Parts: sequence; C-alpha cells; structure tokens
Amino acid sequence: MAEKNNYSPPRGPGRPRRGMVGVGPKLENPGMLIKRLLGYVMKRYGLQYGIVILCIIVSVLCNVQGTMFMRTLIDQYITPMLMDHSHDFSGLNHAILRVASFYALGVCASFLQQQIMIVVTQGTMKSLRKDVFNHMESLPIKYFDTHAHGDIMSVYTNDIDTLRQMISQSIPQFINSGITIISVVACMIVLSIPLTLVTFAMVAVMLFCSRKLAGFSGGYFMKQQQDLGKENGFIEEMLSGQKVVKVFNHEEENIQRFNELNESLYESSNNAHKFANIMMPVNAQLGNISYVIVAIVGGILAITGFSGLTLGELASFLTFNKSFNMPINQISMQINSIVMALAGAGRIFELMDEKPETDEGYVMLVNARIDENGEIHECQERTGTWAWKHYHKDSDTTTYVKQEGNIEFLGVDFGYDSRKIVLHDIKMYAKPGQKIAFVGSTGAGKTTITNLINRFYDIQDGKIRYDGININKIKKADLRRSLGMVLQDTHLFTATVKENIRYGKLDATDEEVYAAARLANADEFIRRLPQGYDTVLRGDGANLSQGQRQLLSIARAAIADPPALILDEATSSIDTRTEKIIQEGMDKLMEGRTTFVIAHRLSTIRNSECIMVLEQGRIIERGSHEELMEKKGRYYQLYTGNLVLS
Amino acid sequence: MIKILSAQVGEYKKASFATPVFMILEVIMEMLIPLMMASIIDDGVEKGDINHIIMIGIVMVIAAAFGLFCGIMGGVFGAKASAGFAKNLRKTMFEKIQTFSFSNIDRFSSASLITRMTTDVTNLQNAYQMILRMCFRAPLSLICAMAMSFYVNVRLASVYLVAVVILGCILVFIVMNAMKYFTQMFRKYDDLNSSVQENVTAIRVVKAFVREEHEKNLFERACDGLYRIACKAERIVAINAPVMMMAIYSCILLISWLGAKMIIQNTLTTGELMMLLTYCMNILMNLMMLSLVFVMLSMSQASGERICEVLTEEPDIVNPENPVYEVTDGGIIFDHVTFRYNENSEKPVLNDINLVIQPGETIGIIGGTGSSKSSLVNLVSRLYDVTEGSLKVGGRDVREYDIETIRNEVSVVLQKNVLFSGTILDNLRWGDKDATEEECIRACKLACADEFIEKLPDGYHTYIEQGGSNVSGGQKQRLCIARALLKHPKILILDDSTSAVDTATDARIRKAFRDEIPETTKLIIAQRISSVQDSDRILVLENGEINGLGTHEELMKENEIYRDVYRSQNRDISSEKGGMNDGREE
Repeated sequence: MAEKNNYSPPRGPGRPRRGMVGVGPKLENPGMLIKRLLGYVMKRYGLQYGIVILCIIVSVLCNVQGTMFMRTLIDQYITPMLMDHSHDFSGLNHAILRVASFYALGVCASFLQQQIMIVVTQGTMKSLRKDVFNHMESLPIKYFDTHAHGDIMSVYTNDIDTLRQMISQSIPQFINSGITIISVVACMIVLSIPLTLVTFAMVAVMLFCSRKLAGFSGGYFMKQQQDLGKENGFIEEMLSGQKVVKVFNHEEENIQRFNELNESLYESSNNAHKFANIMMPVNAQLGNISYVIVAIVGGILAITGFSGLTLGELASFLTFNKSFNMPINQISMQINSIVMALAGAGRIFELMDEKPETDEGYVMLVNARIDENGEIHECQERTGTWAWKHYHKDSDTTTYVKQEGNIEFLGVDFGYDSRKIVLHDIKMYAKPGQKIAFVGSTGAGKTTITNLINRFYDIQDGKIRYDGININKIKKADLRRSLGMVLQDTHLFTATVKENIRYGKLDATDEEVYAAARLANADEFIRRLPQGYDTVLRGDGANLSQGQRQLLSIARAAIADPPALILDEATSSIDTRTEKIIQEGMDKLMEGRTTFVIAHRLSTIRNSECIMVLEQGRIIERGSHEELMEKKGRYYQLYTGNLVLS
Repeated sequence: MIKILSAQVGEYKKASFATPVFMILEVIMEMLIPLMMASIIDDGVEKGDINHIIMIGIVMVIAAAFGLFCGIMGGVFGAKASAGFAKNLRKTMFEKIQTFSFSNIDRFSSASLITRMTTDVTNLQNAYQMILRMCFRAPLSLICAMAMSFYVNVRLASVYLVAVVILGCILVFIVMNAMKYFTQMFRKYDDLNSSVQENVTAIRVVKAFVREEHEKNLFERACDGLYRIACKAERIVAINAPVMMMAIYSCILLISWLGAKMIIQNTLTTGELMMLLTYCMNILMNLMMLSLVFVMLSMSQASGERICEVLTEEPDIVNPENPVYEVTDGGIIFDHVTFRYNENSEKPVLNDINLVIQPGETIGIIGGTGSSKSSLVNLVSRLYDVTEGSLKVGGRDVREYDIETIRNEVSVVLQKNVLFSGTILDNLRWGDKDATEEECIRACKLACADEFIEKLPDGYHTYIEQGGSNVSGGQKQRLCIARALLKHPKILILDDSTSAVDTATDARIRKAFRDEIPETTKLIIAQRISSVQDSDRILVLENGEINGLGTHEELMKENEIYRDVYRSQNRDISSEKGGMNDGREE
C-alpha cells in the first residue's frame, strides 16, 4: 500500500470502497486478536456480557429440559395411562405446569439476553468508531500520504461492520451452540449410548462435507472479491472520466471491455454462491438422514429391548438428534464470519497502533498586548498582536517573545523517506512582513518546504526557527494556528457555504464571514447561489467551479486572520483579474505579516520581496524579481518563457 | 420498479424458474419425513414390526436423498440466476450510462453512479437470491406443514392456526416499526461515513486549521446519534426471538397436554403426536423466515429504486431521426443562443449570444471565473443542447447531425481532463483507434508532447497510471491535446488546456496549429493573454454575454476588461526587456 514515489501529494477525493479489502486473510495471531478484542469489549461491557452469557446458559438449559419432558410425557404418563386406562390427569397437569414455568424462564432469559446484547454491541461499535476516529485525527500527515484513502475508509465501512456481526451474533451463537452441544450430548448419553454413537458418526460426515464445501466456496469467494475489485476499479475509472468518454465516442469500446470483466465476475460469483448455497441443503438433508437412521436403529432397539430403550426415550432422542445438528451447522457457519471479522479487527487495531503525531512542544501562542514600556502582557481577547509564551523549566520563569513572523531555515535536509533526501541544505530567512515566493518545476520541493514550516513533516537535519524559537519547541497546534494555509487542493466540507468559511474561525459572526468572502471576492458568486450563504455544499463542493472553490478556501483562511500565511497554488484556477482583486485584499490583510507563496503563474509572485528558485531540492537562485531578471539565470529563463516548466 | 428490474433477468429466466421449483420439491420431501416417522413409531415400534421399520426407513433415506438433490439443484440454479441477474443489471446500467449526456451525468454525479453500480447491485443480487430461494420455500413449507397437521388431527392443528395468526400479526407489527428506524439509521450511517471520508481526504485542512478537536466533537455527536437510533431499531427487532420462543413453547405445551389426553382417549397415536410436534417447529420457523425475507426486501428496496432511477433516466441528447453524417466545414454560427443548465434557474448561463466564426479561424476566448466560457464551447459539440436559439456547424444546426459524427468532427480538450490507465499509445488511440504509431508521434509532435515522451524510459509504451498520476499537469495537458488532434477534427476546442504548460511551449503548440492544421477552426479558452493574443479574433465573455470581440490591438483600445486582464499579467512590461509574451513569435 505504500506509495512507490517518495513524494506523494494529497490525493483527490477518496474513492468509494472497492469490495472487501483483503479477503481470505492469513491471520497473524488469531489468539492475540481475540484476546485483545474481547478485552476491548469486556473493559466496557464486562458485566453486561457476563449477564448475557448467563442468560444464554439459562435459556439453553430450559430448552433442553423441555425436550427431556417428551420422555416423561410418553413414558411416565401416556404409556402407563394407556395401560391402566386411568383418567387422572393431575400428575400430567403438574408436569406441564413445571415445564411451562421453565419455558417462561427461558423466554425471559432470551429476552434479557437480546436487549442487553444490543447495548453491548452498539455501545462497542460506538466507542470503537470514536476511538478509531480520534486516533486517526491524531495521526501524522505521513500516514495519510502513505496509505490509500480507500483502505482507511474500508476500516470504517467494512471492518467495523463485520466486527459488529461477530460481537452481536457469532460470539453469542458460539456460546449458545457450545452449551447446547454439551448439554444435548449429556442428555443423549443418558438416554442411549448406541444411538449417541450413531449420531456422532453422522455429525462427522456432516462436518467433513461442510469443510470441503466451505473450502471450495472460500476459494471462489476470494476470486469473486478480486473480480469485483477489478470491475469496480474499471467502473470507477470510466465513470469518473465519463465526460471524456463521451467526447471521444468511446462508449462501444468501453461496453466491450466492461462486458469481459462482467462475465468473469459472473463466473466467480456464480461459483462462490453455488457452493455456499449447497451447504445448507446438504447439511439439512444429512441431518434428515441422521434422523432417519437413528429412527431405524432406535426402533429396532426399542422392539428388541436390547439396551432397555423405551418409546419415550426414543422420541426424546429424536428431538435431540435434530437439535444437535442445528448448533453444529451454526458453528461451521460462524467460523467463516469469525475469521473475516478477526481479519477486520486486525486492520482496526493496526490503525489504532499507528504512532500518533508526537508533540513535545511547550511554547504557546497567546494573544498579547504591548504596554508603553514595550513589555508584553498576555491577554484573553484578540488584539491582532501575538506572543510566544515560553516557559523555562530550569529557572521556572516564563518569557514572552513577540510573534513577528521571522522564519529561518538553517541547513535543512529532508526526505519523505530517510534514505532519499529531497531537500538539501536549505537556508532561508523570511523577515516579518515579507512575501517569500517559491518557484520551480513539479517535484522541485516547493510544497515540501511549506510542509516543514507547519511540521506536517519533521526535518532530518538542520534547524527551523520561528521568531528565534526552534519550531520543535512550539506546540504543534499553536504553530499551525499561527500559519494560515490555503492549499492547492481546496477540500470543502459537506455543510453550508457559511459554515465552510467559518471553519477558519469557529466563533466568527455572520458579518465576519461576509467580510472574509468579500475580501476573497467570493461574495458575489455566493449570493448568486440558490440559497446564498446557506447553500449546502456536497461532495467537496462538486457543484462549484474549481476557481470558486479556491475563492472559498481563501475566504476560509482570511477569516482566521493568521499571523503568517502560506499560499500553495492558491489562485491557480482563478482568472488574473479576479486574482488581482484578491491579492490587493490579501496584501492589506497580511500587511506586516509574513507570507509564503507558491505559484505557477509568475505574474502572481512578481511583487514578492524574495523569490527562491528551487531545483531538485536545492535553492539555486534567490532575490527580488528585478535582481533575478538582472542575473539572467534560471528565473529569467522561466519568466521569459524559454524553459519548460512542467 | 419490479417490472423494470424483472426485465433484467433475461436469459436467466430458466434458472429463475427452476430455483423455486426445486426448492418446492425439497420442501415436499422434507414434509414427508415426519409423516413416515409417525408410521415407523406407530406401525413399527409399537407393533414390533422390524421389517416395516426398515422398509419405511429406506423410503425415508431415498426421500432425503432426493431432497438433497433438489436442495443442491435449487442452490445451483439460485446462484446462477442471481449472479446472472446482477450481471445483466450491471451491463444494462453501464450501457445506459454510456448513452447519458453531460447533463444526465451532472444530475447523478459520477460518485453516485459508481455506488449505484457497485453497492446497490450487490444488495439486489443478494435480495434476488433470497426471493428465489425463500419466497416460495418458506410459505409453501408453512402451508404443507399446516396441511399435514390438519390431515393428522384437525383439532390439534387449529392450535397452530391460531398461533400463526397471532405471531404473524406481531411480526408484521415489529417489522413495520423497525423499518421506520432502520431507514433513519441507514441515512445516519451514510452521513457518518461521508464525514469520515471528508476527514481522510481533507486531513491537511483539518490539521492546518488545528480543528482536530472540532472534528472529534462533530464525529462523536454523529456517533451518539447513530447509536441511539440503532438501539431503537434493534430493540424492536430483538423482540422477535423471545416472541418466537414463546410461541413455540406454548404450542408444544398445548399440543402435549391436549395430545396426551387424546392419546388416552384413543383419538391420537403417539407417533402422530411426535409428528405434530415436529411440524410445530417447521411452521413457526418458516414464519420467522418470511418476516426476515420481508425485512431484507424492504431494505433492498432503496437500492432497487436507486438503480431504477438510472435505468429510467432518459438521455436528453439523442440522435435525430434522419441524422446527417457529414460536416461540410468548420464554420460555427451562434444564432441568439441562450443556455441554462437547469430549466428552473432564473439567470441564464449564456444570454443571447450571436457570433459567426469562419472555417479555419482561430478564436481566443477570455473571461473571468464563472463567465461561462466552458459552457459556450460545450454547446458546439452538442455536449449540452441550447435552451433557446440555434447553433450551426458547417451551416446546419448541430441537432441535425449524428452525435458520433459531430463529436468526431468537433474535438474538445476538456478543462477537467482525464487520462486512463494504459500505455501512452493506448491513451492516444482514444482519438483514433486505428492510428499507426507514426500518426500518434506526429500528433504528439504537434502538441509538443513528443519531447518529454521520448525521454521516458519506455517512450510511447510508458504505462499511465489511473488518472494520469505519474505525469505532471503540463505533460498531461499536452497528451490530452495530442489525443484530441488524432481525431483530425474540423473544429478543435481547447478549454484552458495549456494552463500548466509554460509560455514558450504553449506558443510552439499554437504555432504548430497554425502551420500544420490551418483549415481547422480553433477555439482557445485561456487565462493567459499570451495564449490568445495572436488569435484571429478574441472574444471577451462576461457574465454569459459577449463583452467584446476583435483582434488584440482592437480590444486593447476598446475593451476595458481586456485591458485590465492584460495589465494584471503585464504590470511593468515596458520596464523590462523580456515580457511574458516574448515567446510568442519564434
């Protein structure tokens, strides 16, 4: 799943899941998984689960003694009464009442078990979802860059769901079947040992058959999942590019290729279900045969009186024979789903075991006020001035440093993979209020530099200082709060336009939202949307043009009013006139604050104080537009259009 | 809905009929077994007739074997029918989607079409199998067992009748109530998943804005909501099992009690009592099965509806009755063209456009974000139909042409372009599937793609990953242009297709167009003035209306917007030796 290239830019919208991921798993250590999973459930719902198991035992025992009643009914009441023609039903009535009360107990236990089980299952699902999600939010960007989004999604959509089945059905079923088998076997032995042996022999045949069939169908199910994955991949690729397909009249060819894939999916799906379907009647009929054989053998035994088998005992035994086959079937059915669920649990725990982003930072960003003596005081309200609150452990003192946006790179080396360095010895100084631009071809390392400033990734060597403080000492949250980011991929959320802008500052008033939208020149088009600011955006703003989405993401950054700003191709899809209007607004907003700009269009960055030209991870030129033009180096070539930049 | 879906069974009708037939036979065999069992006990064991026991026993084994055979055949045909049904569904949907116009696709969105073709079809496949195997088996089994019971003893059997009616009512009540909550639950569940999806894809935004806590809170609330509704739904369903148990137990007790009395009065035999008790399980289990089928069906109903929506969607661009198969030249005439994406929207996207373009002319199109540039060119190859007015290509209304013809003659390089997984040659041959390698290379040379392809290790046989993720933006755009050129169109439309290509290469591409395919009409949408500056005429669009039309020089004099755009890109052009547009004339 790891990406083959060392640089993996944020991917487009995640793909819908592709069938089941990783079916036919080889479980590394099923014992550990079961233990851990049960531990997870027990920690939260130990008492409830205990009660559930108790309830299962009670209801199974009640059921078993009900079946035993058959013998009592025939041998102790019906046969004797037939013999002596008495019509005294009081004994029978008593017996029936006794059984009835057992049955009532069984029903109550079953009811209790079902209701508690819901709380256990749903509650576990809930806390599992929360835990996985919370943990996911704490993972470093690297995790998301190196794992396919579809795989992460399938943890939520597939794995947690299969686990639900296991907790709510498979485990109780297992316990139920286990207890049933034990008690039924005990009763059968009590009733008749020869018949028990006959039953066992038949069970062995059944188990053998279902294992064989499960093996066949398992293989085909795997093949089915593969074919399904292939076909879904094709559907996904072609439907996403459907407009191109139309433009090129490529419909016929597509249908042909699709039909081939579809045909092979049909084959494997047919085979998989065929064998799975056969399992049920095979077991059922083998059960019937077992029943018949017991009836024959039992009948002969009863007549010959060989082992003292009575008619009532035979009747009871036959019922047991039936209720013995059922749990065996169920266990063989559950094993499959338990294996699948454990594979899912493996993936869930794998995600939960990922190391979260570490943060040893302790320097915090606070709102500040500077008094006439030039001293910095911490305050609660927003003043437009920020300070770094630096606590010194050794002297137990706290100092304040004004946040100015002084960012230095000192000999920074970095690679996404420690063996392959993509940035070499980057030295750079950004003074407060400066606009620093990065220029270079795709893969030169522009975005990577911005990823380092906000510590999406940590550097291998060198130092990055922010207002003189090593950024490793700054709390990540505060560091990121101090840097507004507008990314190349806009990523809007399913919410109203207003809420999307407000994402930058959760407590912003409507007025502030409008102001930010006006600054980003988005106000006009927003008001033309069907419900204006209350229009709900869906699917990453699918109903907006790329340019409009970028305007919104600029508004979102603007409302946060950050001390420093990183613009990564933020205006690439916006026309130059609109861009100019936005730029004026942004310049006003960022006056006196540091801005980093990455842009493809060189006209966008011409007014930067310092332009860094990057190539293959090194800064090869730096200076203002005029200086660089003077130099007639790489920048000059880029600007005059004599070099391929792509 | 059922009519539309059942039409998809197609060649699997035989299997679809065979499945229930075999299931029914299996049921009959199953029903015979308790009947014979009674005979073993009454005529065999009680009378001490071992021969009778063995004879009946052999018949029973044969019946079981025949039942087994029927069960297997039912399973085989059921799998075949349902897998085939799913296959046909996917096939028909895919073919249907291929006929969709752009506006049909817009209406559904690609993502939703994908779910409909994958998850929803799988749901229906499972439901269909369930119907074939259970819908006949369960009720029949129930009726048979009931009939047998009545045959054995009318008085006792009526106990079952009462039980079935009561239990049936309770089950219907439970299912009805639960369904209400289940639909809510599924909606909540979808929301939850889409919020996870957003968090996964937009993790950079979440982290950049330090919104982890905010997202956690939102997610937690969504989880709690789901939990509450799921508990409600399942609590109701969970009543099923105990109610069922209660019904079975009551029946057993009643039958035992009444049966015992009847045996003593000699109106019932012990064997018959045993038989009745076996049927009891059978009847109630099948009732349970029926309610399960019912739940499953109503759950897959939503999937069925979503699939039907696709199948019944009318493609709104269809071939005319007597289509014209030849486009005479590349002239385009916009005659009072007005266009709306949605009939209900108030403001038209394009308003009363009048424009005559000569064959072979190069037209540049400039305009702000949302000024409907793309909408304008999309009308030419009939990707959308005009709302009012008419659009003529080669002197005829585009609606008179065969769709394939017009799209082959009008080649569009879309703004959001896509490469498909396959080699570069595979991708290029989308333009012309019979193109030789030489022709492909020539097209790539025209599009200035040859230079980077040559440098790739496998050259033209380099494998392009899905979505073209292993080539850069500029390379992708050039490949897309080459692909479009291979169609040898009369009209070529570039919709902002060189935005990631540097100015020098951009200029070389345009020069190649001018020299190599002069007779082709070219429409070029661009953000950069330099990309359109040398066009024969430049069209300035603003809010869906023509704001200016003329050469670069004319527009610089007359058109304020154009001047503005120009200035924004060439702020201090005069003070420098090299402007952005110098690469233009080489």
